[in-house]
Amino acid sequence: MPLTNKQKLNPTKWVILHADYLFNYTISRVSNHDIAKDIVQDTFFAALKAKDNFQGKASERTWLIAILKRKIIDYYRKINSVKGKAEVKMSFYTDGDREGEWIEECVPTNWNNEIEKSIENDELGVALEKCIEDLPEKYAMVFKMKTIQQFETEEICKELEITSSNLWVIIHRARTQLRKCMEESWFKN
Amino acid sequence: MKLTCDEATALCDKNQYNETTLWEKVKLNIHLFLCKKCGLYSKQNHVVTKCVEIHKDSKLIKEDFLSEEEKEHIKEELEIKINQ
Repeated sequence: MPLTNKQKLNPTKWVILHADYLFNYTISRVSNHDIAKDIVQDTFFAALKAKDNFQGKASERTWLIAILKRKIIDYYRKINSVKGKAEVKMSFYTDGDREGEWIEECVPTNWNNEIEKSIENDELGVALEKCIEDLPEKYAMVFKMKTIQQFETEEICKELEITSSNLWVIIHRARTQLRKCMEESWFKN
Repeated sequence: MKLTCDEATALCDKNQYNETTLWEKVKLNIHLFLCKKCGLYSKQNHVVTKCVEIHKDSKLIKEDFLSEEEKEHIKEELEIKINQ
């Protein structure tokens, strides 16, 4: 495209041209339909407000994605700041003489070997999904981005504006809770 | 050099994504050799990874789209704002 041909915004066409793309981008990160829908809608509203700042250097879609990324960070910050109720279940003592040791009831116990062999079972998939959904939202979000969507560590850190040590702490807590949940709901029977 | 169980299992989790350094691997393996609890965690953690791997396409990533009605609704809301 020639440099002189500046891109223009056409807000009346945004939903037709970009809603599916933006939704798809969002749902792979927040994985709740209604929240993703709201974020997409908010993005369009914010874009409309900021339309005078559009300089026509990037395409309309690239510009909208940049705004969407801010909205996703805002959402992540929001769920990250909800203290108390959204905390993950801790498996280790966090202070005192026993800091870093296993809390007794969280110590892994032996799993039923036969069940362990049947991990392709569809019902196990359901149990796993449920355990992931039980994670506090921020843990589920980071765990899924890393493990299911398989984003690079660096990419997630950049997108959510967290450090890599932050990310690994979240992954660690998510996985310890997940292991315990799978033990209780599936592998012990 | 000596890891707590919390630190060891954290490395174990990181290791599931092959992102531990050589030194972290060494420290982890020493701990796992000495600690039964974390040894079991490590083994089961691997099973959890396999479970996610196998089921991620079937159950965990559902096809999810905006319906035509939802898009229509967003369009209407946006048009109100455009005309303000």
